[in-house]
Parts: sequence; C-alpha cells; structure tokens
Amino acid sequence: MPLRIKKAGLPDKIPIDMTPMIDIVFQLLTFFCMTLKVASMEGDFSIKMPLAAPRAGLPDPNQLPPIKLRLRSDAAGNLVELSLNDRAFAGADRFKQLHNHIASIVGEGSLAASAEVELDCDFNLKYEYVIEAITAVSGSTTPDGQLVKLVEKIKFAPPRSE
Amino acid sequence: MKIKAKGPEFVELDYTPMIDMTFQLIAFFMILINFSDAEVDDRVQLPSSAIAKPPSAPSEMPLTIQMVRDGKIIMNAQLLPNAESLRPYLKNEKSVMELKRQNPKDVNIIIRAHKDSKTGLVQQIIKVCQEIGFEKFTLRAKSEAAY
Repeated sequence: MPLRIKKAGLPDKIPIDMTPMIDIVFQLLTFFCMTLKVASMEGDFSIKMPLAAPRAGLPDPNQLPPIKLRLRSDAAGNLVELSLNDRAFAGADRFKQLHNHIASIVGEGSLAASAEVELDCDFNLKYEYVIEAITAVSGSTTPDGQLVKLVEKIKFAPPRSE
Repeated sequence: MKIKAKGPEFVELDYTPMIDMTFQLIAFFMILINFSDAEVDDRVQLPSSAIAKPPSAPSEMPLTIQMVRDGKIIMNAQLLPNAESLRPYLKNEKSVMELKRQNPKDVNIIIRAHKDSKTGLVQQIIKVCQEIGFEKFTLRAKSEAAY
C-alpha cells in the first residue's frame, strides 16, 4: 500500500479572495455604462463660400453659370415649390425627380466637375428640405453602397428677408 | 447525540460565469466608448441624408457651430441668442489662429443645425462667418439608408 504523505502547513485547496477583483470589475462596468453615448453616424456636405468680392480680370470661360434651384416655403416652413431654373417638381417624389433631372443634365461627363448649383431658399424654409435638396443634386448611392457623384459645387444665394 | 448534517460544511459559489459575463460586458463598452471631443448637443436633431457619409479623416481645423430648433446658437458650450452674437467669439477664434500663424480660410466651420430650424438663420450664420473671414463650411447631416 503506497504511503500518502500530506504536506504540512498547506491546505488541499487555496481559496482566492475574489471580492476586490469583482469590486473593480463592477466599478469599471458602471463607468462604461454611464459614459456610453449612443450617437448615430453623421456625414458632411462641404460648401466653399468666400465672401463675394469683385473679380479681377476676365471670367473663367470653363465656368458654367450656376444652376439655380429655388425652394419656396409657406409660413410654417414647409416646402411648397421646388424648381430648377424654370422646371418645377411636384409630388411626394419631387426630390427623386430633381435627382433624375440633374443626372440627365450633368450625366457622367465632365460637367460634374464644373457644374454648380445655387440654392435660393425662403427664410422660413425648414433646414431639412435644404439637406434633402443638396442630397438630390449631390449624387446617390448604388445598392452596393458606392457613391455616384453628380454636382460637387454647391452654394447659397444671398439670404432672403423674413 | 449530535447528528452531523449530510451536506458539505462550506458551500463554494462558482463565480466563473458571472466573471465571464462581466468581462464581456466591459469589453463591449470599451469598444463602443467614444473619446472624441466632437461637439454634439442632444437638442440638435440633424436632418437625414442618404449620401452623407462620415469623413474618412477628421477635419484639421474644425470649428463647430450648432443651432437648436428655436434658432438659438451653441458655440463653445455657450447658448447665444442669434447669429450676430457669434461675432465676438469668431473674432476671438480668428485672433487666436492668427497668433498661431494659421489661416482662417483653412478653418472648417461645421454647422450642425436642427432639421426644423429656419434656413435663413443658417444662412445668417454663414454670412457672419464670411464677414469675419472664414470660407469653408460643412453642413452636417445624419447618415441614413440610401434611396
């Protein structure tokens, strides 16, 4: 019969005190829970608008005149008229119509780089319509997520009075 | 006669699943945490856009101006009544940039305006910024699904 020798002074199982670790872990968890900020993704539309200054020399012959996009609103700020030069767009899909029209003008040619859209908005117009118009003229995304650019230069006409 | 209970004298709890779960939660929150110093105010509900994509790199010289629904403006955590009251703050920013030998024309003014705010008021902000000497503007929108 083999002789089993027990080591003196050491118990079979050494209990580890988990309390400090669990304390710290829960404190960390509380910190992260409280500092978590759920924010949606945000994107940008860049516009370059230097203050209008008298131009020196002859105008650039390659620069097309801006395409004027008029956004008229009622007193509550809702969009009541959307027109590009003289063509008006109506209905629930008016921005889609505008997008298709811009695509037919600008196409995939060299006009995309030189074309410029000038937004002429009523003072009370809700800002969301402006972003919707900028989205429609700027491009679209393909089903696989690729961005198809149309007009890159966008500016505002001088602000209208209230 | 003393009768000894049949069960063990010391019930040892198994902490392993709880600790596993807690560490997973910590890892989840650590990944989600956002330490960016971007100025975002909860009172501003941005308009949505299908093609507004987050920029690939952060702006080099951003200056954020926010507008809440009633037209009040937030800049440097200050609530200002109108666009005109931005002027001293913008002049101050411009002076600081000039001291640092930076060109105000390179500053990117990020405009975060509430979706129901008046476009005329947003244009007033742009006008004041132009008069101070800023040229580059960025209109911020919330990314949404494509058409």
